[in-house]
Amino acid sequence: MNISIEYYLILSAFMFVVGVAGVLTRRNAIIVFMSVELMLNSANLTLVSFSSFMGNSVGQLFVFFVMAVAAAEAAVGLAIIIAMFRNKLTLNIDEINILKW
Amino acid sequence: MSFELLLFLLFGGISAVSSVLMITRTNPVMSALFLILNFAGLAGLYLLLNAQFIAVAQVIVYAGAIMVLFLFVIMLLNPQKEKILENKPALKIFAFIIAALAFLQIGYLIFLSHPSGTNAGVAASVKAGTVEEIGRELYTYYVLPFEAAGYLLLAATIGALVLAKKKFE
Repeated sequence: MNISIEYYLILSAFMFVVGVAGVLTRRNAIIVFMSVELMLNSANLTLVSFSSFMGNSVGQLFVFFVMAVAAAEAAVGLAIIIAMFRNKLTLNIDEINILKW
Repeated sequence: MSFELLLFLLFGGISAVSSVLMITRTNPVMSALFLILNFAGLAGLYLLLNAQFIAVAQVIVYAGAIMVLFLFVIMLLNPQKEKILENKPALKIFAFIIAALAFLQIGYLIFLSHPSGTNAGVAASVKAGTVEEIGRELYTYYVLPFEAAGYLLLAATIGALVLAKKKFE
């Protein structure tokens, strides 16, 4: 633990904003979804680095729960994308607007 | 330069570069592969942080299970290449400004709060990352959330089946 925690936190922040930029710029629903996974992972990195530097394993436990929720989210989200693709034959999120009022 | 810093730069560089490449590729399969590379770099960082269990779970659950699901869906739907940002330069500039502002804000908060004062030492860190310690914590204080996570996964499985099976109007 010779290097300080700021390195990990800055890397995590960078990955998070890359995920935000991906969600804002990409139009492919699957890639938007993968950017969300990237943001989840950057939050995981922050949790693990604090857990490790504080010598407390609860943070890593929460990463475990985040992984469980991410797996559930991926299954349901991809099922929604498949159902959308059957209905509209497109993955462009500008054309998928049936929930827009 | 210490060996630990060298390893951090290696794995952190892999993670950072592959995340940027992930959002700039037009081919969704290439994006998914770069995301897997990013997860592999993160697993290395977790090992560097003495979190053995999380590193293994990262490789098995994320890079193994979730990304295979993504690749299956990409192959199944076979979407055409999108025209990335060619017709929307304003959106690109907007997204870049938002991202830069958020990065500056988070960086300011990180250096304002001096998180490096919370260094408990290597021995405590190694102890916190073992499977034994995480399992004891999980089954002593977090049994109910653990069971709830199981029910959540069951509900997600049924929900995915129902959603993907029928066409919805």
